[in-house]
Amino acid sequence: MSAILQIKDLRKSYAGGFEALKGVTLDIEEGEIIALLGPNGAGKTTLISTVCGITTPTSGSVTVGGYDIIDDFRDARSLIGLVPQEIALEPFERVINTVRFSRGLFGKSRKDDVVEGILKKLSLWDKKDNQLKELSGGMKRRVLIAKALAHEPRVLFLDEPTAGVDVELRKDMWDIVADMKRDGVTIILTTHYIEEAEAIADRVGVINNGELLLVEDKARLMQQLGKKQLDVQISTPIDAVPDSLAGYALDLRDPTTLTYSYDVRAERTGITQLLGDIAEAGLQLKDVVTRQSSLEDIFVGLVQEEEEAKA
Amino acid sequence: MNWTAIRAIYIFEMARFFRTLLQSFVSPVISTSLYFVVFGAAIGSRIDEVDGVSYGAFIVPGLILLTVMTQSISNASFAIYFPKFIGTIFEVLSAPLSFVEVVIGYAGAAATKSFIIGLIILVTSFFFVDIAIQHHVAMLLFLVLTCISFSLMGFIIGIWAKNFEQLQLVPLLIVTPLVFLGGSFYSISMLPPVWQTISMFNPVVYLISGFRWAFFGLSDVPVGASLAAIALFTCACLAIIGWIFKTGWRIRQ
Ligand SMILES: Nc1ncnc2c1ncn2[C@@H]1O[C@H](COP(=O)(O)OP(=O)(O)O)[C@@H](O)[C@H]1O
Ligand SMILES: [Mg+2]
Repeated sequence: MSAILQIKDLRKSYAGGFEALKGVTLDIEEGEIIALLGPNGAGKTTLISTVCGITTPTSGSVTVGGYDIIDDFRDARSLIGLVPQEIALEPFERVINTVRFSRGLFGKSRKDDVVEGILKKLSLWDKKDNQLKELSGGMKRRVLIAKALAHEPRVLFLDEPTAGVDVELRKDMWDIVADMKRDGVTIILTTHYIEEAEAIADRVGVINNGELLLVEDKARLMQQLGKKQLDVQISTPIDAVPDSLAGYALDLRDPTTLTYSYDVRAERTGITQLLGDIAEAGLQLKDVVTRQSSLEDIFVGLVQEEEEAKA
Repeated sequence: MNWTAIRAIYIFEMARFFRTLLQSFVSPVISTSLYFVVFGAAIGSRIDEVDGVSYGAFIVPGLILLTVMTQSISNASFAIYFPKFIGTIFEVLSAPLSFVEVVIGYAGAAATKSFIIGLIILVTSFFFVDIAIQHHVAMLLFLVLTCISFSLMGFIIGIWAKNFEQLQLVPLLIVTPLVFLGGSFYSISMLPPVWQTISMFNPVVYLISGFRWAFFGLSDVPVGASLAAIALFTCACLAIIGWIFKTGWRIRQ
């Protein structure tokens, strides 16, 4: 099956000459949820804006459903829905009218049952006649999603859908995304919350400084790149790590816990030897616990690696 | 051509207009009535006739165009500036539309609004003066063309403007003076010769002259020149819009 979205060596330089995308290549399969993870200024919004036609690419190519975003922009854009990062809505317009407008703008004939279905799914139906300025921030975000879904797109971009949103609403948003996936919509979302990518994505792409550092299946990413930690608890408290254990770079988290970090991918983790050496140093083992590092640690590690490579 | 999209933009814009119905209609009616009182009654008592037409009636075509031009510009410029300002323009840019459809939708709605306002002023003026329109079709044609061309110009201003001050700047500094000096309230032939010559460089003179001809059969410049002027102006606006479309100037980075 060929990818629904194909991005090839996409570059974007802004008018000032700043290169916000430095050759991004990415294939996205139909029906998946991919999270683009990156710090502020990484180029996430630029990438989305370029695919959606809001900014023009400097070079490279993008196809959506096989249609080129420049040469066949009408067909390409018909397949895309976009929920922007910033909430932008006409304050005096009514919810249902603004959603109908979006549908019309994308060339779809008016279908009240489709609009009704979308509004109900997003719990907006009872607010359909409200003016947009009367809605809360979370509700406005939902209206933006409703507008993006109004023309029944096959690919949906969500640019930082939960930035500045409280925990409750964030969970709601994740449910909405899961729901859309069930309807077969391909979802590309950007975020700088790692837990978000971890919670809802099938694949994760890490982007920094206009470059896509890696794209991986979420589970495999964590497995492959995950560092694990081993907490060794000892019965008698100590103030410092014994000199004989200096080679392990242990961290004394509290007087009775020594933490050892190791790479699961490594051929030898060094655990057996560590445990032996601990016993030899005269410390008595009470318990051992291992912890998998989160996507956050992986991400921080990657960005650091890149920065070190540059320095 | 994505006609559904054009319709969506057009209806959306007209809805805004009808939402502020009172403002949209009442203010032009009131200001026109004031012009009639001030110019028609006060000045008209000193000038009774211009080329055989009562002064009150004589100023009607100029008054209509004055309002139609300023309304076209302000409506169209606001219509495209506002989405840029609040950020909703992203949706238009990401929709399967070319710029042609965007222009037809926004400028078309703005032109419709000012056309309606023009007709309302005409009707209002019937309450003040007796008017017999000589060339109905030509009158409507001139009115429609003025609405369209000035809405196109407004659209350009709305794209160009980076803030609200700039949005007001061109209408205030260029259009209003040109319109007032364009013979809305007098016949060019009433001016000293030097000013008559200078007036010939004011494009608005041609529009008002042509429009007035449609009403009373008299004009400052030949009707053909008026038509040519408005055609030229429309083409110039279309050319600029075409260039904006090609380069994405001030809309697409
Ligand atoms: N219109 C613009 N003109 C110039 N530079 C821009 C523009 N928009 C974004 N940038 C720059 O491009 C980089 C990427 O921005 P952006 O795509 O918004 O990042 P993200 O969404 O990942 O936070 C930033 O350094 C930003 O300053
Ligand atoms: Mg962003």
